[in-house]
Amino acid sequence: MGKFVIPVGPQHPALEEPESFSLMLEGERVAAANVTLGYNHRGIEKACESRTYIQDIYLLERICGICSHAHSTCYVQTVEDVAGLEVPKRALYIRSLIGELERVHSHLLWLGIAGHEIGFESLFMYSWKDREVVMDILELLTGNRVNYGMNTVGGVRRDITPEQAQDVLKALVILEEKTKYYIQLANEEVTLIDRLQGVGRLSKEDVLKYGATGPVMRAAGVSRDIRKDDPYAAYGELDFEVITDTHADVLGRTVVRVKELMESYKMIRQILKQMPDGPITVRAPKKIPAGEAVSRYEAPRGEDIHYLRSDGTDKPDRVKVRAPTLANLAAISNMLEGGYLADVPIVIAAIDPCFSCTDRAIKVVNASGGESMFDWEGLRRYSIDWYRKQGIDMKGTKLSRGED
Amino acid sequence: MKKTGKIVPLLLNMLFRKPNTMKYPYEKATVQKNFRGKLKYDAEKCIGCGICSRVCPAGAIEIEKIGDKKFKAIVYLDRCIYCGQCAESCPKKALENTEEFELASLSKDELKVEI
Amino acid sequence: MGIALFDIIVFPGFIFLGILSLVAEFTDRKLNARLQNRVGPPWYQPLADFIKLSTKETIVPESASSRMFRALPLFALASASTAFLYIPIWSTTSLFPFSCDLIVVLYLLTVPTLTFFLAGWFSSSLYSEIGSIRTMTQLFAYEVPLYMALLGPAILADNWSISGIASYYYIHPLMALFNIPGLLVSLVAAQGKLERAPFDIPDAETEIVGGTFTEYNGRFLAFFRMSIDVELVVVATLIAAVFFPLFTPANAIVGFLIYLVKILFVIFLLAVLRTALARLRIEQMVSFCWRILAPLALLQVLIDLIVKGVLAH
Repeated sequence: MGKFVIPVGPQHPALEEPESFSLMLEGERVAAANVTLGYNHRGIEKACESRTYIQDIYLLERICGICSHAHSTCYVQTVEDVAGLEVPKRALYIRSLIGELERVHSHLLWLGIAGHEIGFESLFMYSWKDREVVMDILELLTGNRVNYGMNTVGGVRRDITPEQAQDVLKALVILEEKTKYYIQLANEEVTLIDRLQGVGRLSKEDVLKYGATGPVMRAAGVSRDIRKDDPYAAYGELDFEVITDTHADVLGRTVVRVKELMESYKMIRQILKQMPDGPITVRAPKKIPAGEAVSRYEAPRGEDIHYLRSDGTDKPDRVKVRAPTLANLAAISNMLEGGYLADVPIVIAAIDPCFSCTDRAIKVVNASGGESMFDWEGLRRYSIDWYRKQGIDMKGTKLSRGED
Repeated sequence: MKKTGKIVPLLLNMLFRKPNTMKYPYEKATVQKNFRGKLKYDAEKCIGCGICSRVCPAGAIEIEKIGDKKFKAIVYLDRCIYCGQCAESCPKKALENTEEFELASLSKDELKVEI
Repeated sequence: MGIALFDIIVFPGFIFLGILSLVAEFTDRKLNARLQNRVGPPWYQPLADFIKLSTKETIVPESASSRMFRALPLFALASASTAFLYIPIWSTTSLFPFSCDLIVVLYLLTVPTLTFFLAGWFSSSLYSEIGSIRTMTQLFAYEVPLYMALLGPAILADNWSISGIASYYYIHPLMALFNIPGLLVSLVAAQGKLERAPFDIPDAETEIVGGTFTEYNGRFLAFFRMSIDVELVVVATLIAAVFFPLFTPANAIVGFLIYLVKILFVIFLLAVLRTALARLRIEQMVSFCWRILAPLALLQVLIDLIVKGVLAH
């Protein structure tokens, strides 16, 4: 049988969001895989520049519906860094608490998606049923199931009452029991192991070469975790282990995620026990002094990076977001090549992709064929030319910063 | 120990249990306490400073003057992201979130409401 | 002649079979839902689906062979329904029994699978073509174990007609106990035949969209779905007739109720199988069929040969 190219995406049942993978197939084997990004560009970074620091929290929180707390915390940390704010201890603990609860719901969601991708619908139904427990807890603590709106510059917006803490502990008992069952299932069910083992391998060397992050990296035996290596929020005072695995395949990623759930439960218990009393927020200035900062956050999917440059006004000058999926996508062709077509959905799902969070650039494709990429200056020149052609006076507009 | 059909006992157990699905909207759905739902406005407390409309990330709230020291609030339910920042920033606590969440409508005009 | 026509068209022919297949699909879906702790569809859902699909506009892809595209669903439905006429229902004899009808039924059951292959092939879409190839690959894997599993009981009964097999085990019900490995093999192979999890490889949604039926829509898709339902009933009836020797030829009503219980039980087993397992890859499926199912089916044939030899002495 000859080679032929099959498109998976931009619209495909295996993908929750549009993204294009074009696969060169040899029978059932994938000979080559190509990834095309850019179907979800929303211009969030640019939109941040025209909103105040407080408004940006809610905008950046909506980069991702699953790890929304990750993005808002990461952003708030950069602002606090530039403004030199000392965030109260209790606020840091609450941030960690929400962060861990978010990791729990994200990993349970992933487990269900993985089940769906390999045609194991029951796993999907059960894990999503159990996920409701943690969703209810998040709703109780923050006021919403997703986009919690918990962060503000200088602290958090809502306190945790002792009754709420009791509810969280009660939910943890249920979740722990269910998670133990999933660990058993991942270790024992033959059809599940057959579908996951040896699939989408990415060796330790390749992980380091392509810069993969999160569970993909830890499943290959690289013990890196921002919570441990560069502690933020309250993680410096918590006792937990970085889960690694040696499988370096989809099974390894599953095991890492399920075991991380157990670590998260452990951490949530510690947080509730150790949480100090005190204020939950400090007063933050409306105008942030000029400066720049980078902050890192261990999102459920991997390392999330935010960069902020301020110019002394009440609006940021530049916000840059690097979502974890972008780091993992670089390795995806490597994982797909040589595998089976049947494994493509689960390999893509195993990086826990969040394509909307990833798309930060636009690629302009010429209608006449051929492609062209814009850098910042090129895009600016193009737009100035375009407006000039419309008859708009562009004399006052500089081509780039510092140029007259 | 590896085996096929590990999940079967759990499955069969489910035959004797009530389905987990809730028959919404025939059954009333409840939200947790402190849920951030539709806004409530107290015209008595409002001083018309307009901080709420300035902090709103979505431009969803407008305060209009209707008389001497009398104001009304107009909310675009479709724009509102229910973050509750307006209620938090209000100096007189004239705004608060309620637990009302069933706000869908068939026409966009109905989503512009006076609260 | 008039009675035969009534038999073919109304009972237990096409109309009865049509209703039964909707009931079967409903049972299967409801069980699947309840096993997953969901509510599941209401009783009229399969019928509603059928009516909805039939009233939709049908679109034939430009590059597809229009004649084949339209004819294939009817072939599938016709052959699956015809197979039903040769399987005993409540009594030990079918409507039109003749010697060696077991072979005919098995081949009539293969025809729908072939039409699925052709349907995918003539749709000329990449996803359907991959689905077609998978359908064929899978056919070669489960067909042999399925045939051998049914061959064993036939050897023991010394009869190649399903009615003959049924009446043999009706007279000697304990002999059916020797056929348990065959029952297991045929249940698993039936999942392959019906293209359900763990063998729903030809129409694996997350990989190749709709598989062989990607391009199908409207009433043609409705016919295909109907023929899959009919296949489910036929396979369940076949397994029930060969492996569960519970008939009451004297009392048609009791016999009919027993028949319903039997096929619903088979459908229940099939539903548990499909709910409990993850979808296999095509190469895992083939190796599973040849390494585990085929030897097990061979064992069944051996057991039956030995038992027959012992009985002859």
